[in-house]
Amino acid sequence: MAENTYLIQGAAILGGDPEDLLIRDGFIAARGQDIYGAAGFDDATVLDAAGLVALPGMVDVHTHLREPGREDAETVETGTRAAALGGFTAVHAMANSNPVADTAGVVEQVHSLGRAAGWVDVRPVGAVTVGLAGEQLAELGAMADSRAQVRMFSDDGICVHDPVLMRRALEYVKAFDGVVAQHAQEPRLTAGAQMNEGAVSAVLGLAGWPAVAEESIIARDVLLAQHVGSRLHICHVSTAGSVEIVRWAKARGINVTAEVTPHHLLLTDELVRSYDPVYKVNPPLRTDADVQALREGLADGTIDVVGTDHAPHPSEHKECEWAQAAMGMTGLETALSVVQETMIETGLMTWADFARVTSFTPAVIGRLSDQGRPLEVGEPANVILVDPAARWTVDPHKMATMGRNSPFKGKELPGSVVATFFKGHPTVLDGQLNTPYRYPEHQEPMGAAGAVSSK
Amino acid sequence: MKHLLSTENLSASDAIRILDTAEEMSAVGEREVKKLPALRGRTVVNLFFEDSTRTRISFEAAAKRLSADVINFAAKGSSVSKGESLKDTAQTLAAMGADAVVIRHWASGAPHRLAATDWIDAAVINAGDGTHEHPTQALLDAFTMRRHWSRVNGTASVAADLKGMRVAIAGDVLHSRVARSNVWLLKTLGAEVTLVAPPTLLPIGVEHWPCKVSYNLDATLEAGTDAMMMLRVQGERMNASFFPSTREYSRRWGFDDARLRALDDLGMKDTIIMHPGPMNRGLEISSAAADSPRSTVLAQVRNGVSVRMAALYLLLSGDSREAASTNAATLAFAGQSSKESN
Repeated sequence: MAENTYLIQGAAILGGDPEDLLIRDGFIAARGQDIYGAAGFDDATVLDAAGLVALPGMVDVHTHLREPGREDAETVETGTRAAALGGFTAVHAMANSNPVADTAGVVEQVHSLGRAAGWVDVRPVGAVTVGLAGEQLAELGAMADSRAQVRMFSDDGICVHDPVLMRRALEYVKAFDGVVAQHAQEPRLTAGAQMNEGAVSAVLGLAGWPAVAEESIIARDVLLAQHVGSRLHICHVSTAGSVEIVRWAKARGINVTAEVTPHHLLLTDELVRSYDPVYKVNPPLRTDADVQALREGLADGTIDVVGTDHAPHPSEHKECEWAQAAMGMTGLETALSVVQETMIETGLMTWADFARVTSFTPAVIGRLSDQGRPLEVGEPANVILVDPAARWTVDPHKMATMGRNSPFKGKELPGSVVATFFKGHPTVLDGQLNTPYRYPEHQEPMGAAGAVSSK
Repeated sequence: MKHLLSTENLSASDAIRILDTAEEMSAVGEREVKKLPALRGRTVVNLFFEDSTRTRISFEAAAKRLSADVINFAAKGSSVSKGESLKDTAQTLAAMGADAVVIRHWASGAPHRLAATDWIDAAVINAGDGTHEHPTQALLDAFTMRRHWSRVNGTASVAADLKGMRVAIAGDVLHSRVARSNVWLLKTLGAEVTLVAPPTLLPIGVEHWPCKVSYNLDATLEAGTDAMMMLRVQGERMNASFFPSTREYSRRWGFDDARLRALDDLGMKDTIIMHPGPMNRGLEISSAAADSPRSTVLAQVRNGVSVRMAALYLLLSGDSREAASTNAATLAFAGQSSKESN
C-alpha cells in the first residue's frame, strides 16, 4: 500500500451525506465517486468512516504551550500532542513564555520547536509590548518578517490597558496585515480579583472581577479599531454585555472578531462554591445568563471563533488555597466535546457551523493560508474524523497534556476525535496518537504567506 | 457534624445544639476547677496563618478546659514562612495525629480545602477565613443575644431561638467574615437582620442575602433595634476611597455618643451594643458606648470560650464517638447555667 494515500470511506463531510475522500501526498486528491477513477486509490490505506463526521482540522487561536520557560507545565511537544488528539491541526502559541515571545528570536524558537514536534502547525503569537510590561511596543515588524511569520500579537494574560499604546499597536500592525488580540481586563477594576463579582462572590468572600472591567475595555478598543481602521480580535469574551458590545461594533462595520472558550460555554461561577482552584480561570467563570448569551452570540456569528485558552499548570499550583492558585484550565483535549455538548446537542449549531468557528474563521484571523480550508479537491489535507455518537468520561490523568487541571474532570461528554490528518499524515488514528508529520529537508516553512485575502 | 466550616449550611437544630451545649460549658467556667476530662488524649491544633491572639487564646482555653492537648502552630516563625504549602502543613499535622484543626487563614475557603481534600482526616473548625466566614464568632454572638433576649422575655434560653429579635449590623460588611456568618446564622435562628453600611462597603450581590440593607444608621435605630452590632473598620480603607475620611465615616456610620443617647431618648432601654473586637474606639464606636452598661463586648469574649468548648466537644466526641455518653453524663453534673451579666 502507498504510504501517503488514505481512502476515507463513508464520512459525513461537515455533517452532510456520507461521501468518500482520497488523501494523497498531503492533499485531498479526490472526493466522492471521482475517487474510483483517480490514480492510486486501489493502493490506499482504507479507513471505514461510517457514522463519522469529516471536518477541517481545528485551528486554535489561543493556546499556552509554556515553552520556553515553564517546561514543568507543558512543552511544545506535549502540548501539540494534546492538540492533535483534540482534533487540532494548528495552534497559536501565546506569548507569555519566559523569555516572553517579544523578539524574532523567541518566536522563531517556538516555531522550530513546533516543526520538530510535527503534530500540528505551531503559530507563535508575538507580544504587543516588551516583556508584556505594557510600556513599549515590541518589535512587531521583526516578528512578522521572521521565519515564524507572526500575524497575531497579544499580551494575553495582561491587558494592553494604556489607550495610547493600544492605539499605536492597532495602527502599526496594519503594515503587515496583523491583528491585535486583546485580553480585555481593566487592571484597576480587577486588582486582586479572584472570581466573577456577583451573588456568589458576595457569599464566598472572594474579591470580585466585575463584568464591566471586560466590557469597558472592549468598548474602548472597538472604537479605537474603528478610529484607526485596523483589525482587532477580542480574546475569551466572557460576559453577556461583551457580546452586546461586539454585536453593536459589527453592526457599525468595525473590523472586530471575538473568541469564546469552551469552559465559558459550559461552566458557571456556582462551581467556585467548592473553593476548588481547578475552577479558577481568567476571565473568571460567569453566571448562567452569561453562558446563554455566549452560546447565542457564537450561534449568530457575533462571536466568531472558539479558542481554548488551554492553560496547563503543574499540580502544586492548584493544590493550594484558592487565592494562591494559578489561573487557567486545560482545554485542547476537551474542546470539541464541550462545543458539541453546548452548541450542537442543543441544536444551536450544525457541524458546518462547527467547522466555521473552529477552523475556517480562526485560520482567517491568524492568516494561515493552508489551514481552515474546505474539504475539496486540491486543498491541503488537514482533516479530522469525529465520532459524534461516542460518550466518554474525562480523566485528566489520561491526557497527553502535562496539565491535570481540567475543570471537566469526571464529566461525561459527547464526541471523540477518531483520526487527525495533518498535511495528509495521520497524527491520530483510532483515537490514539500515531506518528508526527516529518517536514521534508530544506523546505521553506509553509503557512502565513499572505495568500488569504484580507478583509 | 464532621467539620464547622460556615454558618451558611448550619441547620437550626445543629446551631441550637451548639448553643445549648455552650450553656452547659459556661457553667464549667464558673467552677473553681474549670476543667472537664471530655477530650483527654485528644490533640487539637491551632493552625494560624494570620495573627489573631484573641481568637487563638480563646480556642486554646476552650480546648484546655476540655483536657485536650493543644498545639499552637503559627505561620510566622514556622516552616510556613519558608514557603511550605497548606497541603504539606496539613499532611504533617495528620502524620502527628491531630484530631482537630482550628484554622485561621487570610484566604477565603482555606478551611474548606482542608476539609474537602484527603490531605488530613481531622475535624476542621474555621476560626476565620479571609473575608468569608467566622462561624464561632457568629455562634458566640448568637449565644450572647439569646441570653439577653431570653432575659428580656423572661423565658429560658436553653432550646430557644431568636425569633422576633431585631439585629442591626453596621460597618465594613464587604470585608467582614463576621457579618457574613452572622447574617446566615441569625436568619436560621429567626432574627431580623439589617445591615447598615456605606454603599462602597456592601458587596455586589448583597440584595440576595436574607436581610435588609440600609445606608442610614439613624433611621435604622429609629425603626427599632434590639441589638446593635458594630464592625471593625480599618483606617486603610480610607486610602482605597471606600469613604472620604475617618471623621466622615464616624459621623455617618459610627456608634457615637449622640447615638448612644438616642437609644435612651427612643425608649430602647433593652438594646444591647455588640462588637466582635478589637475595637477602634472613636471610629466605629465611641468609648462611652463601648463602656456603657449596654455593651456586651466582654460578655462576648467570655461566651466565646463556652461556644468553642461546645464546638470542639460536639465535633470530637459527638454522636458518632464512643465517649459521648460518658461525657454527656459528666456534663450533666455541670449544673445550671448562671445568669449572664451584661
